[in-house]
Amino acid sequence: MPTNPLTWMIFLPLLGAAVILCLPRDNHSLVKWTALAFTIPALLLAIAIYQGFDRTTAQMQYVTKIPWIPSFNIEYFVGIDGLSVTMVLLTALIAPICVLASWEIDKAPKAYFALFLVLIAAMMGVFCALDFFLFFVFWEVMLLPMYFLIGIWGGPRREYAAIKFFLYTMVGSVLMLIAMLALYFHNDPHTFDLLKLAEARSTYSSTFQSLAWLALFVGFAIKIPAFPFHTWLPDAHVEAPTAISVILAGVLLKMGTYGILRVNFPILPEGTLRYAFWLLAALGTWNIVYGALCAMAQKDLKKLIAYSSISHMGYVMFGMASLTAEGIDGAVLQMFNHGTVTAMLFLLVGVIYDRAHHRNIDGFGGLASIMPVYTAWVALAFFAAMGLPGLSAFISEVLVLLGGWRNYPGLTAVAASAVVLTAGYMLWAMQRVYLGKPNEKYLSLPDINRREIATLVPLGIIVIVLGVYPHAILDLIDTSLQHLNGTVLAAGKAAGAVASAASGVAAH
Amino acid sequence: MTNPILVDYLRWIVLAPLLGAAINGLAGAWLQKRVGRHAVTAVALLPIGIAFALAVKGFLQLLSIEPEQRFLLDSVSKWMHIGHLKVDMAFWLDPLSSMMTLVITGIGGLIHLYSVGYMSEEPSYWRYFTYLNLFTAAMLTLVLGDSLLTMFVGWEGVGLCSYALIGFWHREWANASAGSKAFITNRVGDFGFVLGMFGLFWALDRTGQGTVVFRELAQRVHLLDGQTIAGLAAATFVTLMMFVGATGKSAQIPLYVWLPDAMAGPTPVSALIHAATMVTAGVYMICRLNFLFDMAPTTLHVVAAIGTLTAFFAATIGVAQWDIKKVLAYSTVSQLGFMFIAMGVGAYTTGVFHLFTHAFFKACLFLGSGSVIHALHHEQDMRHMGGLKKYMPITFWTFLLSTLALCGIPPFAGFFSKDEILWKAFSSPLGSPVLWAIGTLTAGFTAFYMFRQVFLVFYGEYRGSPGGHGHGHDDHGDDHGHATTAHDDGHGHGGHHGDPHESPALMTIPLVILALGAVLTGFLNVPGALGGHHVFDQWLAPVIAKAAHGEGHGAHGAPAAVARGHGVEAAVEHEAKVLEHDLETVEHDVEDATWEYLLMAVSVTVAFGGILLAWLMYRRKSLDPSTFSEAWSGGPYRAVYNKYWIDELYDATVIRGTLALSNLLATFDRVVVDGIVNGAGWVVRQVSALEGAFDRGVVDGLVNLVGSTSLALGNRARALQTGHIYSYLYAIVIGVVVVMFARLL
Repeated sequence: MPTNPLTWMIFLPLLGAAVILCLPRDNHSLVKWTALAFTIPALLLAIAIYQGFDRTTAQMQYVTKIPWIPSFNIEYFVGIDGLSVTMVLLTALIAPICVLASWEIDKAPKAYFALFLVLIAAMMGVFCALDFFLFFVFWEVMLLPMYFLIGIWGGPRREYAAIKFFLYTMVGSVLMLIAMLALYFHNDPHTFDLLKLAEARSTYSSTFQSLAWLALFVGFAIKIPAFPFHTWLPDAHVEAPTAISVILAGVLLKMGTYGILRVNFPILPEGTLRYAFWLLAALGTWNIVYGALCAMAQKDLKKLIAYSSISHMGYVMFGMASLTAEGIDGAVLQMFNHGTVTAMLFLLVGVIYDRAHHRNIDGFGGLASIMPVYTAWVALAFFAAMGLPGLSAFISEVLVLLGGWRNYPGLTAVAASAVVLTAGYMLWAMQRVYLGKPNEKYLSLPDINRREIATLVPLGIIVIVLGVYPHAILDLIDTSLQHLNGTVLAAGKAAGAVASAASGVAAH
Repeated sequence: MTNPILVDYLRWIVLAPLLGAAINGLAGAWLQKRVGRHAVTAVALLPIGIAFALAVKGFLQLLSIEPEQRFLLDSVSKWMHIGHLKVDMAFWLDPLSSMMTLVITGIGGLIHLYSVGYMSEEPSYWRYFTYLNLFTAAMLTLVLGDSLLTMFVGWEGVGLCSYALIGFWHREWANASAGSKAFITNRVGDFGFVLGMFGLFWALDRTGQGTVVFRELAQRVHLLDGQTIAGLAAATFVTLMMFVGATGKSAQIPLYVWLPDAMAGPTPVSALIHAATMVTAGVYMICRLNFLFDMAPTTLHVVAAIGTLTAFFAATIGVAQWDIKKVLAYSTVSQLGFMFIAMGVGAYTTGVFHLFTHAFFKACLFLGSGSVIHALHHEQDMRHMGGLKKYMPITFWTFLLSTLALCGIPPFAGFFSKDEILWKAFSSPLGSPVLWAIGTLTAGFTAFYMFRQVFLVFYGEYRGSPGGHGHGHDDHGDDHGHATTAHDDGHGHGGHHGDPHESPALMTIPLVILALGAVLTGFLNVPGALGGHHVFDQWLAPVIAKAAHGEGHGAHGAPAAVARGHGVEAAVEHEAKVLEHDLETVEHDVEDATWEYLLMAVSVTVAFGGILLAWLMYRRKSLDPSTFSEAWSGGPYRAVYNKYWIDELYDATVIRGTLALSNLLATFDRVVVDGIVNGAGWVVRQVSALEGAFDRGVVDGLVNLVGSTSLALGNRARALQTGHIYSYLYAIVIGVVVVMFARLL
């Protein structure tokens, strides 16, 4: 039996999928409870990992390394450091919440939950994998269940959205595959081991660094999603069922920024320095402002939140580009915080969609008088998304912007202007949907029920606790990220690139 | 500054009201329904009592130690320790924050008490007190926070509570809009605040001393010398940005527009948040950072200019308002302008003293107007009032005393504080006679519009219908849904009595206490020219940077800035003037006292002139105000009546501009970005169809994917039936499980 909790966390959901496939098709409740039962252990293991994680080292922990395909030197190599541990926690947390949020699925629940569990396993695998090939396999495995989950259980234009998602991601995968193979063959002996690839960082030529960096970046940027590769996201969100939107925005988008930090940063630090300004800082800023302005114009509440995700993921890019302790910690904290906050937002949109069967912002009005408890939750989530101090997202946004100022004060000013835009579109939506005279049509809508509240409570608690005591996460990530940041900066120095980077930075 | 004395009770000043808010927020509805309103009241008022008691305790402890050592610190936990940034969740009490804490919990406590009476018929009673407690906690965090970041928590927290309370009766669209407007406008200010904070942190960090903790900033600001940000001296950039934040929170030009609209909230809220406490945050912040503003004479000039302009323009608008609360709102904007004049001429303690006295008399005025509104069943139009003196004697007398204080009539509080500001505006090296002249003129306007209000509301004959039902903006009864029943009862109740009636003791007692404050607090800071000792100034002296503070005039910021090698030419020039002036002032001290008496006499005369004009127009009626409004109807009157069309201007430019840009980008996103994607998809489809036709036999991994895609596109309906899913699923799951588990186990 494997003793590594990570292995269990990856394969238990897969086992669950297999078990669900063997269950009788008509017993919906058995299927649901089984799905829940296979997500809970991962959550418990995640809590244990949170307790046991060594916060003082940047080394990989919970490592398992077994030859898998020896002829190609491919290994089953998993382990986590401060960067991945937050993502593992997030995935383990969101999974059972999504099962609860899917409780009312009555179209082929057996297939739905089986696919869902495969998806969870794949995402967990991506965050744990330390072998690039393994990483890639999980990355691709994630694709298929997502495609079906949107394409079958989605809204009216679900197939268009599913195919769009699929094609976009495939393009990224192809580029990633090329870069991966290039790295593999560049090293002798050939290896997919991400740590070894990183150790060999000084052997990659400047051109190689650039090309590989760009190829990987496009692959990851599509997932973030960074402009102009983002248009799959609003469509996917609008069509996806609630729980899938939650997992999509809550976890899946983070695979993009995680990939950049896991692969681009340590393996190609010179490329990172070269493109930090334009492709991370400037593009991240553009994401923040562009996403916010697009969100403001949306008429569909879910689309609005989808664009807000684009905006908030821009902070992650901007923070990592800062190459400061504050900025990079802020970026990873923002990944976690956005995961929890946006999960709440999508859950809350789901609540109203289940009742009114539409999400047209102008089609409601005065819901606060009809569904007061629900509206209180909306207020919490909206203000968290606005980065209100005392709530989690404030910490990460402040760290990101503070860190960003050091090297990019001008861009920081532009990015920070989004605090006004975000308040604008959030409060404007809030006002139209929840305030004002109650809409006669919806006077009889029932308030949020207990199951729905149960999905929100853990997220709400985390959002508040991390606002007051962010070190609950910061302590986990800080050591590893400072090591990572140091790696990038040191490589820059070694290559003499620091002068040019610094002058480039100063010029901006 | 010496080492702080560590204590562990300051946190409870903040936590007590926070707990009150948490309990009422989570269980208030239940408490109100099952136990009764008094339970909600107890949960809300007890924490304020505790906070006030602890504030007094802190004050007494400060009193017991040497002035230079007056500094208590309560560090609760680490908050953000990342890189060079080290910020704790910590609260500190020094003379300045102690004074503010007493005002917030003291006046705040009275307003809580008043609210028990004022909101007694409100169905969402518990929700009101949740917000009010939460606000108190946030405001206390703002003043007690020991760093810019903890201050910012309160800074935005009060904005949130203000939003919630302005839109408290959220069924009314206008109220909801006013709330959003307040929050978004404040966010513009916050944007400046954070940029100032970032700039400050990194400028200090360049010397290896980055910090945002106040006590460390005070010691390290000199490190900003010679540094520039965005082409400006670092201190100038930082203070200008911080001042943008202050204009938002303290409703100064150009961000004042939200405050008059904020009157949509319940009246006690207007008293507490939009007069006595939250709106003074900008003044507090500047005083807190006085050592920094001292280094930036340019910024101080801007502050003084904005303050003067705001004071004057708001006062002119106040002249033409009919809504009892709107008059007071513009008056607040105007008085805040006075405080900024003081800040701008480097007279920090003088500005804070006006903040202090203003908190009493303006809270009293707002609560008095609330008492009137309550008695008239939410009537707010002064044209439907009149003669209330005989029905509401306590409200009348307290209102009158506070009005006298606001008008700067001796010996009421406002006289001492406002006159001191005018004197400093005149005599300070950073001041000028122009500031004084505009300020004095504004004081005349103030006296006019305030006595116009007193005469319209309390004198003459009652012009409302007996027991009538108002047309005011505070009129929430109609639209408040489940509130309807309760308010119908209220109206019936009023109808029985016919005439307006005095408010219950719960409401009048706070009025009396505040009116006492309006009469007496001025004596805390009697100037030397009148035989006093500036007790208040001396209390705050340890907070003010040494270079900045002198009695009345003399030393202040500019020389300090220049001495530190600031390098701004204007400042050098300034220094020369200042030194010259210093010499002169020493020589002409006696002459100065004469000037002081003279200016005092002028400003008091101007105030009486304003009162006289109001009396002639609205009491004796020998002057018809409509002749003025008609004579000027084409120009000034219409401009003033329409508030200079500033709201319309912002709407036409900033708001419409942003929305247009937003629509443009969204269309661009849909048509161009997505268009390219769809076009690419179409091309791929055509190519793959061609390939498929020519080359069906060739199958490899990549082509297969493209193929399956085209299949899916071509046969959408069939491709995604659930029946097929199982085969895919089995393939995925079994494939992966077998391949991988076989290796592992």
